[in-house]
Amino acid sequence: MEIINFSYPAAATAHGQILVGVVGSGDLEVLLEAGQTGATTVCVTTSVDGCQPVWHALLERFFGSGEGPALRVEINDFGATPGVVSMRIAQALEEMNAAQGK
Amino acid sequence: MNSQSLLDRDSFIELNARSRARALLDAGSFRELLGPFDRMTSPWLPRQGVVVQADDGVIVAKGLIDGQPAVVLAIEGTFQGGSLGEVAGAKIAGALELAAEDNRRGTPTRAVILFETGGVRLQEANLGLAAIAEIHAAIVDLRRYQPVIGVTAGTVGCFGGMSIAAALCSYLIVCREARLGLNGPAVIEQEAGIEEYDSRDKPFIWSFTGGEQRFNSGLVDAYLEDDSTAIAAQVRTFLRQGRPDSLRSDCYAGFLARLAEVDTRVQATPAAVRELYKKGFQA
Amino acid sequence: MSRPTVHSRGAIWFAALTGNTAPCAGYPASLLVADSTLAGKTARFISIIPDSDNRFPRVRNGEIGLVEGWSLARAVQETIAADRDAATKRPIVAIVDVASQAYGRREEAYGIHQALAGAAGAYAEARLAGHPVIALIVGKAMSGAFLAHGYQANRLIALDDPGVLVHAMGKAAAARITQRSVEDLEAFAATVPPMAYDIANYQTLGLLWRLLPGIAADAPSDADRVRVNETLAAALADIESDATRDLKCRLGGVNRQASSKVREMLTQQW
Repeated sequence: MEIINFSYPAAATAHGQILVGVVGSGDLEVLLEAGQTGATTVCVTTSVDGCQPVWHALLERFFGSGEGPALRVEINDFGATPGVVSMRIAQALEEMNAAQGK
Repeated sequence: MNSQSLLDRDSFIELNARSRARALLDAGSFRELLGPFDRMTSPWLPRQGVVVQADDGVIVAKGLIDGQPAVVLAIEGTFQGGSLGEVAGAKIAGALELAAEDNRRGTPTRAVILFETGGVRLQEANLGLAAIAEIHAAIVDLRRYQPVIGVTAGTVGCFGGMSIAAALCSYLIVCREARLGLNGPAVIEQEAGIEEYDSRDKPFIWSFTGGEQRFNSGLVDAYLEDDSTAIAAQVRTFLRQGRPDSLRSDCYAGFLARLAEVDTRVQATPAAVRELYKKGFQA
Repeated sequence: MSRPTVHSRGAIWFAALTGNTAPCAGYPASLLVADSTLAGKTARFISIIPDSDNRFPRVRNGEIGLVEGWSLARAVQETIAADRDAATKRPIVAIVDVASQAYGRREEAYGIHQALAGAAGAYAEARLAGHPVIALIVGKAMSGAFLAHGYQANRLIALDDPGVLVHAMGKAAAARITQRSVEDLEAFAATVPPMAYDIANYQTLGLLWRLLPGIAADAPSDADRVRVNETLAAALADIESDATRDLKCRLGGVNRQASSKVREMLTQQW
């Protein structure tokens, strides 16, 4: 098991709380909630060791632009493939965006 | 199956624990307690290099059923096989204790437990076992006031100390995909040998412990299709019936009488169990 | 052919605590039940012992099987029924030395989970009805067998002895399932208190009311018997002075803090 932390510049803070996924074999859960203005933090706990570069590349695509809302992101991963991880993060962000409209 | 019948299907088993709880409560009444953002996770799993889940695999949902106060406790079978450690177990026991306390103070809170569990979480061994004893205690306390409904729909089934919890419920509902038994097939095979119990022989396992066999042997109270609407309706039917006249777990005389008739020189068969238990459990 | 003598702490302590009282008739050979004296009152003592001739082949080494589960239920339910209208309820002492629940095809087929629910439910009903229930752990207290016989007691007492062991799964099976050697498992378990097999680690969970050191668990002397009797009497007095009938006294252990925290937060959010 490995815990990896990432931080990205971000815009204003979001609101709401979103959970998607489960910590089952080949899957993961993603928790999204408001971060502190100006920064998105991502804490990844993964059952697979040594995949930091993969996580870095993958998260960069979602949060690297610095234009998204400030989020606190927590990921609990149980051996999901990068494809499943991307799908779950996209799903969570989509639900978060929908929640902003309310 | 064509796409239209897939769309019409209202599968309960395909839902995760949170959605299962929501499906049983009156629309709009779902409120989760100690949810994932409270981050009450297992203090023991990370020490053993195991990834936690934010809700530790148990959903505590308060709300209404038929307009009456209810709490639904749903175990997420996907996380660690639905096994119970300290936090997951305390969530179930603690909620049942509060429901009983409600009743003593005049609020008729009822409980529904969704069992998808292998029993004790081995990484938290004695804390899981202790919590399961507290769950047993709380079910026996609460069932004096209100019916406690158990549902094991599948696909994990219900094993270990939690099969005892299921057997303490006032009413128990199962689906075809559910299995209900004390010992997991692999453990029996390890302890007793493959001749006694072949854990890889799925039809064999289901023929003894599957939902249909348990219903036909009188060890559960309802056998339903995997359908959310049907399960929610059956829960309401049992709640309206109120506490049963006789609890299965109190029928020691009847069970002892039936077991005295078993020829233990020959192995058990599903048909023999059905035939014997058809006589009922009254002394 | 004479029956092989089986070493059983359940039998030894049953005899030590019930003395010359004849066991109740009509129970299976695997179950000892007697109404004897505790602190000047009549108390029901219940113990599971090995029966090498058990009708059920998977229940010949002190396991709790179908008949044992339902017979425990009977021994407790009959006490509840007998005292239904009595002002004071007879104490019940579960002498715990149970290797495991029974693992077998017959057991699963005829619903051993329901039999153990009969036993656990009966003990819980007795406690709620006002019977002081005490579990005295003199040997193994394993998994489903302990859930059925002892774990519903108001107070848990254990002898501080290497042969006293509380756990969810036997070492051999747990080692196989976690793919470790038994030695590795023991070494690893010793660093994680809830996984440990020794009673000292178990005590840090806060579940025990008393851990009794210095008792010869296999061959109790008169002095040992007296000390255990005194401890049972003290537990009885403690239960009688306690207005509650729940298991809350088990909370607060140094290695069981989350159990309290969960209840605290649930109460706040309820």
